[in-house]
Amino acid sequence: MALPTTAATATRPEVAPFEAQRGAPIAARGLTKAYGAKPVLRGLDLSVSEGEFLAVVGRSGCGKSTLLRLLAGLEAPTQGQIAVGYRAETDRRTIARVMFQEPRLLPWARVLANVEVGLGADRRSASGRKRALEALASVGLADRANDWPSVLSGGQKQRVALARALVSRPRFLALDEPLGALDALTRIEMQRLIETAWRREGFTAVLVTHDVAEAVALADRIVLVEQGAIALDVTVELPRPRHRGAPDFGALEERILDRLLGAGEA
Amino acid sequence: MTDAVSPLSVPDVRPASSSSARSLPAGLAAAASGWIVPALILALWQAGSSLGYVPETLLPSPTSVLSAAWRLTRSGELPTNIGISFCRAMAGLIVGGGIGLAFGLANGLSKLSEAFSDSTLQMVRNVPHLALIPLVIVWFGIDEGAKLFLVALGVFFPVYVNTLHGVRSVDPQLLEMAQSYGMGRTALFRRVVLPGALPSIFVGLRYALGVMWLTLIVAETIAAQSGVGYMAMQAREFMMTDVVVLSILIYALLGKLADVVVRALERAFLPWRPSFFGG
Repeated sequence: MALPTTAATATRPEVAPFEAQRGAPIAARGLTKAYGAKPVLRGLDLSVSEGEFLAVVGRSGCGKSTLLRLLAGLEAPTQGQIAVGYRAETDRRTIARVMFQEPRLLPWARVLANVEVGLGADRRSASGRKRALEALASVGLADRANDWPSVLSGGQKQRVALARALVSRPRFLALDEPLGALDALTRIEMQRLIETAWRREGFTAVLVTHDVAEAVALADRIVLVEQGAIALDVTVELPRPRHRGAPDFGALEERILDRLLGAGEA
Repeated sequence: MTDAVSPLSVPDVRPASSSSARSLPAGLAAAASGWIVPALILALWQAGSSLGYVPETLLPSPTSVLSAAWRLTRSGELPTNIGISFCRAMAGLIVGGGIGLAFGLANGLSKLSEAFSDSTLQMVRNVPHLALIPLVIVWFGIDEGAKLFLVALGVFFPVYVNTLHGVRSVDPQLLEMAQSYGMGRTALFRRVVLPGALPSIFVGLRYALGVMWLTLIVAETIAAQSGVGYMAMQAREFMMTDVVVLSILIYALLGKLADVVVRALERAFLPWRPSFFGG
């Protein structure tokens, strides 16, 4: 999708040294998305700085997944502008990757071939296979390269999906509740894996989640979406690695939860 | 015909057991168990004939069928007719199935193509193709063209309908994923759409094989001068019931053979399906 260049264009962040930061900055202004007559997002503004880990929380149906789909370029906004990355990077498919709620692996391709999907046209290059194997190793599944996806557990499938997203070294990783279907333990493992990858690669991450504790554990900043607009924007000051038992962790989690629940009662 | 499954059902869903773990004698026993009932029926049939309960003119005994097979094999009549029938079946399958596959893919991928041809094809589908036999005889005589036309028409629809269904039912989430990873149209077709539609195409192929033999039997008994069906009709004229029964058995064996071949193809082309682990 071509980025708009009208006068109302969302202000692109000031030009920064091109490779100095792996992460792509994101600026969205006046985002409106309606399905038929029903507006899901109502003029939402959001900016994410390069390399930042942003979590988006909210009740079901508040528009948080729609917001992510717009940022990742899976859908076009009804109104408003989105700019991802610095100038000249018009095609989001080359710098943004999405991890979906479901693993979405090709059942007829072996695990390694599924990771190679992430390489796009580089798949046939000499280093492609090696990079795919490295990505697979980074999620701890190097020994499953030749398996069919159907024999993997749910958590392993999501790890393959993570490797597929990481192999192309994205500058923006959009995570659409990718851990929602996993059990509590696998979930914590996956959170660590995502955090490690984010620290190593330095991409900008936007995570949509139902789970406030997950948001507090991972994010630099948490925004709460309510009725298609941002209702709360909190910076998480806790040092990493974060411990769920810590008092300020619990305090922040409770503050956001209260706001979420309060919104439901209002 | 064993292939009369509904075109949309999934064939051969077996519990996924690992064949490597299964010991060889147990595997043989499982394979042999399928033959117990046919063997039992054969034994009863032979006993009935030998004891005189079944008159030879109505239903000849298995041994006389066997000797008829031997006689006709030595004269060369049987192999020639089987060869002719087999070639007709394959030619019809390749022509009709090929066209069905092409239309199924085209209409599954292109809205324009579907708008143009689908309703016409659906209308033609509702005509029982065997009802065209009188017309086909007028057009082609009892030439090879008649058999080819009927078989091709018969196998066209199951392949077409299932291919279209397969292409249409490819998981839209996978398509979205592939597009978000920048796959172009060709890659999308080759790596997502076609493999996704393949199980359904195989269902269509199996169904088509059933239609293929059925059509050929009818066509050969009505309008032919060679082939297994013609052999059966000739034998009926002379009350050679052993040859009639032999022809029926040969159709059954050819049908079974086709089924075995498709299963082998499915194992080769759909190795990722958990249901085919058991082999």
